[in-house]
Amino acid sequence: MEMDLVFRALADRGRRHLLDRLREENGQTLSELCRGLDMTRQAVTKHLKILEDANLVVTKRQGREKLHFLNPVPIFDIADRWIGKFERGRLRALKDLKTRLEGETDGG
Amino acid sequence: MADNSTFVYVTLIRTTPEKLWEALTRPEFMREYWKGMGIESEWKKGAPWKLVFSDGEVADGGEVIECEKPHRIVLKWRHEFRPEFKAEGDSLCTFEINPTKDKAVIMLKVTHEMNRPNSRFIAEGVSKGWPMVLSSLKSILETGKPLEFTICE
Repeated sequence: MEMDLVFRALADRGRRHLLDRLREENGQTLSELCRGLDMTRQAVTKHLKILEDANLVVTKRQGREKLHFLNPVPIFDIADRWIGKFERGRLRALKDLKTRLEGETDGG
Repeated sequence: MADNSTFVYVTLIRTTPEKLWEALTRPEFMREYWKGMGIESEWKKGAPWKLVFSDGEVADGGEVIECEKPHRIVLKWRHEFRPEFKAEGDSLCTFEINPTKDKAVIMLKVTHEMNRPNSRFIAEGVSKGWPMVLSSLKSILETGKPLEFTICE
């Protein structure tokens, strides 16, 4: 199932970090993504494949380069399953409060 | 080279290419999953198109560059509503409808790009809109119910 793939892909700190990197700068090549990372190129390739299979990362060819893009659509699908219509505003307010109090952290 | 004025979104939907095509091109259908907004066009190469709010005001518009039923649509896209986005000029939006290994599942890929670095329209407008709209589209096609979301926050 699609959702299993998404949760499995997200259950790894290294892969979440790759998604963070794409969120900061979308459309990076493999080499750009590897820069400054404590992971081998092979490991990054493997993680990207898992993220792609979960549809959290999508790629686009541009000339000889392959660019990687963060695809948040599956995360919206998950949120929609458990978050109700009237909860969204309150949850956002709570999240803003938490972020302000704790500073921007990954949480794991 | 990183590309910060392009977004690529993919959603996998349990539907047929024909139904998905209808959901993307019939404004009455669109209004059901896109907060009352719909794209009006004759869906022919060179034809104009406009994305209209429920009150009739035009949000975005442009020209149909390619239209190949039920596989591919390319739109020249200009934002009309917020002056700072409009000032950035045209962007390009491509919809691709592809089969997947699972015959019952169709892949919709939406690429929205602008030929200028650090586009605010792409970063703030497009990136906040498409993920929710596509999630809602998937939901209505698979369950008959759209997603509850707010636009322009």
